[in-house]
Amino acid sequence: MNKINSIRKDWSLIETLIAQDRKILDIGCGDGGLMEQLENNRNAITHGIELNRDLAANAIARGFNVINGNAELDLSQYSNNSFDYVILSQTLQAMMKPKDILSELLRIGSKAIVSFPNFGHWKIRLQLLISGKMPVTESLPYTWYDTPNIHFFTIKDFLNLCNEMNIVIEKSIGLTSKGKQFDISESINGVNFFTHEAIFLLSYKNFEPIKIKSSKKVFAKNSVIAN
Amino acid sequence: MKTKFTTDTKLESEIAYFENIDLKLESGDILSGFKLAFKTYGKLNTDKTNAILVCHALTGDQYVAGNNPITGREGWWSRMVGPNKPIDTNKFFVICSNVLGGCAGSTGPKELQNGSDVAYGGNFPSVTIKDMVKAQSLLIESLNIEKLFSVIGGSMGAMQALQWAIDFPDKILNIIHIAGALKHSAQNIAFHEVGRQAIMSDPIWKNGKYFENNEVPERGLSVARMIAHITYLSENAMHRKFGRKLQSRDIISFGFDADFQVESYLRYQGKSFVERFDANSYLYLTRAMDYFDHDETFRKNIEFSHNPNNHLKYLIISFTSDWLFPTIESKMIVNQLNSLSREVSFLEIDTDKGHDSFLLEEPQLDDVIKGFLTNNFAKIDE
Repeated sequence: MNKINSIRKDWSLIETLIAQDRKILDIGCGDGGLMEQLENNRNAITHGIELNRDLAANAIARGFNVINGNAELDLSQYSNNSFDYVILSQTLQAMMKPKDILSELLRIGSKAIVSFPNFGHWKIRLQLLISGKMPVTESLPYTWYDTPNIHFFTIKDFLNLCNEMNIVIEKSIGLTSKGKQFDISESINGVNFFTHEAIFLLSYKNFEPIKIKSSKKVFAKNSVIAN
Repeated sequence: MKTKFTTDTKLESEIAYFENIDLKLESGDILSGFKLAFKTYGKLNTDKTNAILVCHALTGDQYVAGNNPITGREGWWSRMVGPNKPIDTNKFFVICSNVLGGCAGSTGPKELQNGSDVAYGGNFPSVTIKDMVKAQSLLIESLNIEKLFSVIGGSMGAMQALQWAIDFPDKILNIIHIAGALKHSAQNIAFHEVGRQAIMSDPIWKNGKYFENNEVPERGLSVARMIAHITYLSENAMHRKFGRKLQSRDIISFGFDADFQVESYLRYQGKSFVERFDANSYLYLTRAMDYFDHDETFRKNIEFSHNPNNHLKYLIISFTSDWLFPTIESKMIVNQLNSLSREVSFLEIDTDKGHDSFLLEEPQLDDVIKGFLTNNFAKIDE
């Protein structure tokens, strides 16, 4: 798969995770390709952030709501739960603080969609094992000294982090290097070995509300509910 | 309210007279009757959905495009507004009015006081950006336009666009806000103050009554313009344009002539400004900008407005080399709008031309404005 096709494939899979008529923030939205697709096919209300000035200008000129900015600095301006979905496609590995970004995604969105290339794929493992050099592949095509991808991680690493952060994986899609699609959660054996790219639909764990035993039965009625 | 319209042939401009109206100004003063000089370009469509108000900057006027009879030159934004230009007058009906307090035909210190043959001069009441916008809204109303598709402006024009979003969100669909801010900064007030002091310390100014002897405080006004002009450029742009090049000489004079090209340029800017702008107007309009401050109130005004404003779209644009209205000021507006989940786009354009970039050749500015207007207009046209 070449780069463009792989992004298109990524987008069409992201689309399958999104319900109709929702509000969406696309981080690293480029010239608005995914936003356009989600507006057309999902009737979504879309917002985007794009670091690259020229891409942001193109997206704005195409009529999309796009902020020319840096996700690592500019996500804090959004209020809690402003969006139904926040999408981070193929960029978590390029973030300075991936963990902070992940928690920001789920602060401003009820759900987050994160896709990334799996550093645990067998081709990458083999390259490192045999050549002893940092792997260069189709999905990670840069040399170590000139790469935007500064935090490499595998599916296993990602799942561990989610677990640590109380993040629930609602859905997960894996892609092999041949573009074959499968459900990551259902194929445990060797998944970290064969998955070339992974897409996750995430949300925070919902905790059951704690029930307070009280002799006053009208406890809830007397408290002011601020909306 | 009945508005009278005439055409001033000398000014080549339409004039709207609001005679039986007491315009309550932000200062508390009341302006009994006023007029606005304005120009329109293009045609209003039958549904009246294609009207755009362009707001001019501090020393601008209603002559956006075409000939400006006061300067004898092309309108100040003729590269942006016109047939097939980014703000396409084949498609849009563009309105631009000279602001209240201005000096190109609208009521201002240069004009005669109601029912007398003496000009206002220093008796003109203090006007604010809010007052200007209020007057504009009456003009739009009298043109029978219920909703403007867009309000567009740079610098002081951006302040007006933002004020429209705050005061009359129900009468507009989007704003394009270029090189502006929520407030006029201390540094900006300081530069304006130096300019005003230059005018007021010119002996010819005479407390604003220079017109009684048909005189103009040329020195003061031209110095004010020279200072201001420096703030509109950037160090890089000045270096690129002038460097240390000498003007019409091979060696320095060891005197105070305009040895350097940059000096000669500034002197020319000052001199030509005096011919087209009123000194008192300059005092009043710089003051209006100084008083502009939505730093603390903007978010609250947008969030709790009794006028619905959820539908508004904002396009906020800044320039990397603009140190008068730096990007950080634009980003404050963007941050506050985003925190309220409003539909906002923001672009910082990379250029070395400084604050004046919005008036100059900037292909990315053209593309973004054209695309934003065209695509958003297509959405309401569906």
